[in-house]
Order: sequence, then structure tokens, then C-alpha cells
Amino acid sequence: MSEAERVERLLKLAFTPVEPPEALSDRLERGLTEMADAAADELADWELSAMSDPRNWVRPAAAVVVGSVAAGGLVLVRARQQQKKRHSSGLRALEKSLRDVADDLEKRLRG
Amino acid sequence: MDEVTDKQRLDRDFTELYRAHLRDVYSYAYYRIGNHHDAEDLTEQTFLQAYRHFDRAQRESNGRPLRPWLIRIAHNLAANYYRDRSRRPVTQLDDAAIISAPQGTEEMVEGREEVMEVLKGVSELPDDRREALIMRFALDMDNREIARALGRSEGATKVLIHRAIKQLEQGLEAGDEAGVET
Repeated sequence: MSEAERVERLLKLAFTPVEPPEALSDRLERGLTEMADAAADELADWELSAMSDPRNWVRPAAAVVVGSVAAGGLVLVRARQQQKKRHSSGLRALEKSLRDVADDLEKRLRG
Repeated sequence: MDEVTDKQRLDRDFTELYRAHLRDVYSYAYYRIGNHHDAEDLTEQTFLQAYRHFDRAQRESNGRPLRPWLIRIAHNLAANYYRDRSRRPVTQLDDAAIISAPQGTEEMVEGREEVMEVLKGVSELPDDRREALIMRFALDMDNREIARALGRSEGATKVLIHRAIKQLEQGLEAGDEAGVET
């Protein structure tokens, strides 16, 4: 093995990819969602009449920008929720089939 | 209606980008900054800024992968981090990532000292050489991607990486010789 190859091998060992902590994903997604909520609230509170004054146009415009940034976060959160839903769907299916069996038994006993 | 569809498509694409490269951005930030706390902040800021400019970046990418663009954002933010706080890049990592490497324990113990030597050598490299090595070895980026992330030509990037490895080689050789003499 040449010296350069040895260095490259060591570099591969040294720079192992680092998994981001779970808390980071949660924080990132939560932060975006909070920004979206805040932006939505600000827009909701804004009376249309205030829009007649051009001096007031900056704040809602900023809120729209923040809201659009945060929307990405919402997508991420939604994606995560769907993932969680998928994980729990197996349990739900089991629960449902157990309920079906119980209903069926009950019907037969009554019959 | 079209706007809604565009927005949905954009959000979907951004979600894919986020999922595919969260680890890349975090690894880059961690090796660049040297501690988990600031690496988390840098990663967060990178994705926030990426989302703000995602539409334009996607339009201008002509279908090319967006990872170099994402890493370039992290690279610029890291540069600001050092400039604003008058910090120098750090050598010491919070907990050496090599601990979590998938290699066997025996191999790790044997190679550990050498790996630490290499990391020490990397910390003494000029910033651009260090960055190129992080991108190549932590993120497994090729020369073209690294060139785009660093805003250089492919040829210049190839030379940059070659010189970085050469410098490390010389440093390790000097270390070996010093070890033999003592």
C-alpha cells in the first residue's frame, strides 16, 4: 500500500459520517412549524382596512415570507406523522381484526 | 391552482432533499465546527436558508444534484461563524466520530492512534484543503460536486485534494521519523 493510499484509508476512518441527533430533526421541524403558526396568526389578525396604508404592507409581506419558509417544515412534519401512522397501522389492523372476531362471536352467541 | 401545485411540488422536493442530505449537512457541520451544539445550529440554519432559496436553486440547477449547493450554504455559514466569533477551526471533536465507526473493535484500536494523527494533521491544513477533505471523505463527494460546493473548477479541486493528501503524508512521515529517533 502506497503512502497516499494509507493516508486515504485513515481519512476514511477519521471522517465517518455522523448521524444527526433525533432532537435536531425535532427541533428543526418544530421551529419551522412555530414560525408558520406565528406567521398565520399575524396574517389572521391583520385587518384588510389596514392594507390601505402602504406603510403597513411590510409586516404582512414579511409574514408571508416567514410562512412560506415554515410551510416546508410542515411538509416535513406531515411526512413524519405519516411515517408514524404507517408504523402504528399494523397495530391498528390487529386491533381491528380482534374486534371483528369479537363482534362475530357475539353475533353467533346471540344467534 | 397551478400555484398550489407548484408549491406542493416544491415542498415535496424540498422534503426529499432534506431527508436525503440531513446527515451530509450535519456531518459537514460537525467536522467543520468540531462540536455537536454548534453543528446542530449550523445544520438548522442551512436548511432554513436552503428553503428560502430552493425555488430559484432548483430552477437554475438544470436537473443537476443540489447537494453541492446545500453544502455551499453550510460552507458560507461556517465561514460567517468563524468570522463573527473570531474563532479558529478546532481540532478536537466533542466525541471522536471514529468511536462510532462501523469497523471491528480490534481494527479500531490498532488504527486509532494513526487516525488521531491524521485528524491532527487535517486541523493544521489550510481551510480550503480541510474542507475539500471533509467533503471527499465524510460526504463521499466526487471532484465535480466538491468543485461546485467550493466554487472552483474541477481541475483546481483535484489539485487541492492531491496537495492536501500530500501534505498529510509528509506530516505523518515526519511524525514517524520523530518517533523512530526518540
